[in-house]
Amino acid sequence: MGSEHDFDDSAALLEQVNQALENATPLRIQGSNSKAFLGCSVAGEVLDTRSHRGIVSYDPTELVITARGGTPLTELFEVLDAAQQMLPCEPPAFGENATVGGMIACGLSGPRRPWSGSVRDFILGTRIITGHGKHLRFGGEVMKNVAGYDLSRLMAGSYGSLGVVTEVSLKVLPKPRQTLSISLEMDAQRALQRLAEWGQQPLPITAACHDGQRLNLRLEGGEGSVAAAHDRLGGERLDASYWHDLNEHRLSFFDEDRPLWRLSLPPNTPRLPLPGVQLIDWAGAQRWLKSDAEATFIRSIVEQVGGHVTCYAPGLADSPFQPLPDALMRYHRNLKQQLDPRGLFNPGRLYAEL
Amino acid sequence: MNILYDERVDGVLPDVDKNALLQALQTQLPDLEILHQREALKPYECDGLSAYRTTPMLVVLPRHIEEVQGVLRLCHARQVPVVARGAGTGLSGGALPLEKGVLLVMARFNNILHIDPAARTARVQPGVRNLAISQAAAPFGLYYAPDPSSQIACSIGGNVAENAGGVHCLKYGLTVHNLLKVDILTVDGEHLALGSQALDSPGFDLLALFTGSEGMLGVITEVTVKLLPKPQTAKVLLAAFDSVEKAGRAVGDIIAAGIIPGGLEMMDNLAIRAAEDFIHAGYPVDAEAILLCELDGVEADVHDDCDRVRQVLQQAGATDVRQACDEAERVRFWAGRKNAFPAVGRLSPDYYCMDGTIPRRELPGVLQAIAALSAEYGLRVANVFHAGDGNMHPLILFDANQPGELDRAEALGGKILELCVAVGGSITGEHGVGREKINQMCAQFNSDELTVFHAVKAAFDPSGLLNPGKNIPTLHRCAEFGAMHVHMGQLPFPELERF
Repeated sequence: MGSEHDFDDSAALLEQVNQALENATPLRIQGSNSKAFLGCSVAGEVLDTRSHRGIVSYDPTELVITARGGTPLTELFEVLDAAQQMLPCEPPAFGENATVGGMIACGLSGPRRPWSGSVRDFILGTRIITGHGKHLRFGGEVMKNVAGYDLSRLMAGSYGSLGVVTEVSLKVLPKPRQTLSISLEMDAQRALQRLAEWGQQPLPITAACHDGQRLNLRLEGGEGSVAAAHDRLGGERLDASYWHDLNEHRLSFFDEDRPLWRLSLPPNTPRLPLPGVQLIDWAGAQRWLKSDAEATFIRSIVEQVGGHVTCYAPGLADSPFQPLPDALMRYHRNLKQQLDPRGLFNPGRLYAEL
Repeated sequence: MNILYDERVDGVLPDVDKNALLQALQTQLPDLEILHQREALKPYECDGLSAYRTTPMLVVLPRHIEEVQGVLRLCHARQVPVVARGAGTGLSGGALPLEKGVLLVMARFNNILHIDPAARTARVQPGVRNLAISQAAAPFGLYYAPDPSSQIACSIGGNVAENAGGVHCLKYGLTVHNLLKVDILTVDGEHLALGSQALDSPGFDLLALFTGSEGMLGVITEVTVKLLPKPQTAKVLLAAFDSVEKAGRAVGDIIAAGIIPGGLEMMDNLAIRAAEDFIHAGYPVDAEAILLCELDGVEADVHDDCDRVRQVLQQAGATDVRQACDEAERVRFWAGRKNAFPAVGRLSPDYYCMDGTIPRRELPGVLQAIAALSAEYGLRVANVFHAGDGNMHPLILFDANQPGELDRAEALGGKILELCVAVGGSITGEHGVGREKINQMCAQFNSDELTVFHAVKAAFDPSGLLNPGKNIPTLHRCAEFGAMHVHMGQLPFPELERF
């Protein structure tokens, strides 16, 4: 392991946070800015994490890797690849230089998510620079650890608003021995029905996306189970690169001009009557919508079925993330106030109130 | 240092007029069942950590969520501490009552509200037993994966509060990985829904924060769990080794071969002999260590994996590898492991179960150090180990009727936990901190880290009325504890005043 760029720059990051505390200057935490289009824009002095990089430790037989926040995701994936292991949640990069810290802060997961779990599910421990200007350690490098509150998993998807993640330990797993992708022709309604049935059976499905005309599936496991599932389901072979293109929004669906919305739904939600075009991922639990409809309209439909909406078109919606109920927002504010009392970290990125 | 609540170091609790509180509860919640007489309170004075007992001031047994809300509002208005309790099977004293507090028993909320096979979810009340969820899901070919060994009795609310584990965590995760939504009431009785029916929710991941928070941040009123399709088949291999080191290395070899077993358990010689004597599982009593390796999934894959694992075990120096020939033998192999605690209990009047985790590679060194500590303290230790995920359960044998033995067992246990921290592990893998490991928290976290934990608590319960004294020690307690444990010439928390 070890690359020439490896460098522990945590002292400088800590120094910058302490300076900002002293001067009451808000900070805009950034890696490569690959996911800057998500959430509201932040006014503040840039805190660039990329100088603090490198894999700190990796023992494949322990199934744990520890990396600094500024480590490029590509480096993390290369190191895992070489040991025939993977981060099963398949975080999208949305840019060549995306960092490990950004992956944690945004908490986005890829096509395997309904079966493998999300980014937060693979977090074992973190080191965090806090709003009190301390560099602290939470969780650890072991699979089971229930000492204290789970600050580490809380960091996933908090968009840097609770602290600077300088280091993270992640659970990783061996790659499956066999992978096969197939494509079946059927309409969306039928696809959702079949996915609900198959979900109750021990089938080795690890990705399921319906593109409007076809249901695309990935089968992963041992040779026997994958072959048996293929025999049973049939379909045409599909190139495995499809899943990467889906994850990185490189399918032609995403080229369309209209704004992009992410719908997170209970998996067995029927097809929603929304204007625009839809792509069903996560076996129904995540749907991408290209639509000119108003945010409030989309949200009202999605809320009725117990889901929520994120606007992926920067600057379009006042609140890109679904507004929270009042009581829940109050506790979000309390937590932010306790952990970042001076409002230093990414103010307003997640919600204007935070 | 005593484990029971000590206002001197754990913080002063408000003085409560018991009769006035009782009267107020009776007036405002006429249907609420309240226990207030000494003999009625007795059964509630401890949880699964029965060595430590405190009689609660009052016990309330609500049947409706509105009553829980009423109790919380009233207690909040009167500044009365509240300790929530499920089935009371916890092993760390997380539901240990307070003399100055109300014990809120959630066990009567035992309805399974809805099983949705198409969405693969179960919506249940917090008092539903862990195993009851899998039983209710079984007709649909589904089950709830986390299986703490107390699963026939422990309730899902407690599982969430402790982030309970079990023997299948490496492959299927902990409680936190198998939840979709938890409904809670805050300290002043306000309802919050954390998580949702979808796979994620907007805002902070409060569902993750609340899981394992030991009743310190809110009271759980409803839980929605994920269900999984039952694996088609499960097979178990039993391997014997003439040294613990070889068994430990074999675990790493199995994983290096790209195989994630459903369960992977290790027992040392003392545990093997105790289990064999009790269950007659067919364990090799001369072995220094055995590994139980369960492979589950689709028939064809499991068959292949069994062959691979057998080879790995033989190459790792196993003296004997056996595969359970039928379901009856598989169940018998597991019965030995699942009854290891009571089996060890037959060797000794009392035993004390520890729950540390370590990086697996540290196992040989840690076991040697435990053996040395065992000799130093003059108490036998049997080792049972969730080898796949590094979670050790050393069982310390002692006799509480012998003066000083309980104290020695506690001290030895504390040393073992500090050893786990020293090699990069944790003082608790799945049993929780509760009261039991409150002092060892001072070894795992520094005062700044503990201060952040207190800040999290303050965001949800600023007056500290929910389960006071559990999970996170006060800095004052750590200062006193540190004063007794000068480590390598260095006093922990040197920045604190000593009282």
